[in-house]
Amino acid sequence: MDPVILSMKKIDKSFIGVHALNQVDFDLRRGEVHALMGENGAGKSTLMKVLTGIYSKDSGTILYEGEEVEYTDPHDSQAAGISIVHQELNMMNHLTVAQNIFIGREIMHGQLIDDRKMNEAAAELFQRLNIDIDPTEVMGNLTVGKQQMCEIAKAISRETKVIVFDEPTAALTETEIEELFKIIRDLKSKGIGIIYISHRMDEIKVITDRVTVMRDGEYVGTLISDECTKEDIINMMVGRVIYEEPKQKSNVHPGAPVALEVKNLCAGKMVQNISFQLRKGEILGFAGLMGAGRTETARAIFGADKIDSGEIYIKNKRVDVTSPEDAVRHGIGYLSEDRKRYGLILDKSIAVNTTLASVSEFIHKHLIDKKREDEAAQKYVDRLKTKTPNVSVPVGNLSGGNQQKVVIGKWMVRDCDILIFDEPTRGIDVGAKSEIYHLMNELAAEGKAIIMISSELPEILRMSDRVVVMCEGRKTGEYMIEEASQERIMHAATLKKAGERL
Amino acid sequence: MKYIKKVLGSDLKKYTMVVALALLIIVFNIISGGRMLTSSNFQNLLSGNAYVLVLALGMLMVIVIGQIDLSVGSVAGFSGMVMALAARDLNLPWWAAVLIAIAIGLLAGAWQGFFLSRLGIPGFITTLGGMMIFRGGVIWISRSISVPAPSELKWFGAGYLPEWGPSFTGMNNSTLLMGLIGIAVYIALQLYKYQHTLDEDGKKGPLWAVITRIALMGLLIGYFTWLFGSGRYGTSFPVPGLILLILIIIYHTITQRTRFGRHVYAVGGNKSAAALSGVNVKRTYFLTMVNMSFLAAIAGILFVGRSTAAGPADGTSWEMDAIASVFIGGAAVSGGVGTILATMVGGMVMAVLNNGLMLMGVGADRTQVIKGFVLLAAVAFDVYNKHTGRGNAAA
Repeated sequence: MDPVILSMKKIDKSFIGVHALNQVDFDLRRGEVHALMGENGAGKSTLMKVLTGIYSKDSGTILYEGEEVEYTDPHDSQAAGISIVHQELNMMNHLTVAQNIFIGREIMHGQLIDDRKMNEAAAELFQRLNIDIDPTEVMGNLTVGKQQMCEIAKAISRETKVIVFDEPTAALTETEIEELFKIIRDLKSKGIGIIYISHRMDEIKVITDRVTVMRDGEYVGTLISDECTKEDIINMMVGRVIYEEPKQKSNVHPGAPVALEVKNLCAGKMVQNISFQLRKGEILGFAGLMGAGRTETARAIFGADKIDSGEIYIKNKRVDVTSPEDAVRHGIGYLSEDRKRYGLILDKSIAVNTTLASVSEFIHKHLIDKKREDEAAQKYVDRLKTKTPNVSVPVGNLSGGNQQKVVIGKWMVRDCDILIFDEPTRGIDVGAKSEIYHLMNELAAEGKAIIMISSELPEILRMSDRVVVMCEGRKTGEYMIEEASQERIMHAATLKKAGERL
Repeated sequence: MKYIKKVLGSDLKKYTMVVALALLIIVFNIISGGRMLTSSNFQNLLSGNAYVLVLALGMLMVIVIGQIDLSVGSVAGFSGMVMALAARDLNLPWWAAVLIAIAIGLLAGAWQGFFLSRLGIPGFITTLGGMMIFRGGVIWISRSISVPAPSELKWFGAGYLPEWGPSFTGMNNSTLLMGLIGIAVYIALQLYKYQHTLDEDGKKGPLWAVITRIALMGLLIGYFTWLFGSGRYGTSFPVPGLILLILIIIYHTITQRTRFGRHVYAVGGNKSAAALSGVNVKRTYFLTMVNMSFLAAIAGILFVGRSTAAGPADGTSWEMDAIASVFIGGAAVSGGVGTILATMVGGMVMAVLNNGLMLMGVGADRTQVIKGFVLLAAVAFDVYNKHTGRGNAAA
């Protein structure tokens, strides 16, 4: 049998104004984990969408099991045995876990759906994957991490020969990642070919056999994972050397004025009695595991969720924030972890999105001054190095990292004093990541007060001046950066209720 | 093709409906033996459809925020009836009756806006309720009998601009003046744009393209000026058409250039993102609904003026024509997409269809069938275009 199960040759694809794929080659063997790497906008997702038939290619050939194929619909590629686990979750939140997994191919009993059998089959699947999820639970009640596991379960529940993982670990905790790797090794031993897209260098060495690197829509090269170093890959990806510099000590003057103080904030189950101070020019890291209540805390401060009790002080003045509108007026900006859902209007241009939170400032005699609006958008496109032909491009046409830059630009235009970054680098490649870090440091140096919620410990340790740790809706630790360490933070992040409290 | 793009801009697809409209007019004119493109026919066409187009202005905004308003016909009928009754039974002057009708529209909008924005009841349900309430209301307060309206209103609903000045122009001078103003404004706008916009290489676009644009538009405005102005003595560009024109300019500006308009598109495009950017979603919903019913009242006044009496069935199924105009104009069912100008083109397509089929002697029954097919075809074409045209991330 041909060891190569899939081979894509000279694939070309253009969108209006963007040459997304330029003569890209890629092949995959049976029982291989082949990493596909590249910065955002390098064309990885586009290549996978061409493979699965979401996009049609302009030219090039795809050989699958020795035969030339061209799928025009994801159903066809699925039926042929190519599954994709998307970076963005595609789940129906109102249906149960089992109903989601078997959607479109429900197990029938005569003419009726057999929910009991589907629940059993799903439970069996989870058991095989060693995941603890109740198949009858409603999908919307699960955490993002759990939902992702369901997505994986759904993909491997089919007769599959090729699985594409599009950044599967972006939302997973360490233990969940371990579980996932176990599953991947298991699939591998069954001869299934796996395409693995990720930005996490450490994982590449651990789990993959080969690495193919793309840049700006072009094929750069393929390496054997065991024989290359992290630096080799990064250099191929960005075409330049990236220098990382961890933070040694806080840059904040101890006497810096307090920009935001939260006292005994309670909001539902996920925010219990949270208190902290945020100083001008400080980056306050919020660490913790998935579902620790960090996002909920941020949303409560921002007025997006109802507060049960507690007080919020901005510049030592008590304020009432009952809606995001209030929060924006008080100079708070919130960059959501889910930028497509909560950050951007995908149909609208970069210019419109950039000025969304501050249209009033662009009004001249009751009318929006579009010229000034475009200029402002262009200014931030330049400053943030957003890759786009011009500012009238709909943001939906941009890659993830560039979309994130537009969201950041939005709050920079608004000139907020307090910025809450919720997982600012989720799903963002190395190059854009360091740009965003650089930017956050600049903003802090300008005197902005920043809260950064992050599930990546290296990121927390690299960026924060001070770290707050949460677990199950409670604050379980607070450290100056000098005294913070991975071990300490992880310890606090897993302090359950029964254990000691700080 | 390259030259056409230089003149009309790179996005030619948005002209599809304009081309379709032009073809419709030409084809109907040929089939009807030239009865389509006559002064009196176009004067009638415009004053007979102005009220639907006025409704479509508001409906565009309602659909952009991702809602629908089924009550507009009933609200129009109700406001018109209250106006007629106020003038007849309370002996109020015509202008006071008009103000009352507008107040009724605003109140109806506030009522529906309240249920939508404060209680979160979808617009479809809220306005389905409103449709029944106000339709029932009209029949109730009128006891199912038509009520004559103040004769002054006829000028708004079916009137013509005054005749004045020299007769050697060969047409109605008010219309001529309007046409000249239109051409002058267009030239000024084009020149301003030419002076102030640079293309990607930082260069000005070609001057010949601007001149071609001006020449084409000048011919178009000139032709319609002549068409409307050269009718029977005493006729001109109809007053309801002028009111519509003013409203189009106002609403085009509101949607494209004001904070409220921007918020309308933001809320329709992504409600959560808009809310988290500090946009007051509830207020946007509320104001859009109030505005819709306000325009419904205006439409009711125009219609009553034209028919010189308010009837209990006035406004029946107008909402459907308004909604169809918006969708033929390319608005998205999911919200966030659509423009005032495209909606007006969509509305004109419907109006020309009605008119042309009538000229051909096609009955109302078959006209309805044809309009249904046109709506489906237009939207299907639009969806097909979007699906193949760009590799949207949402695909």
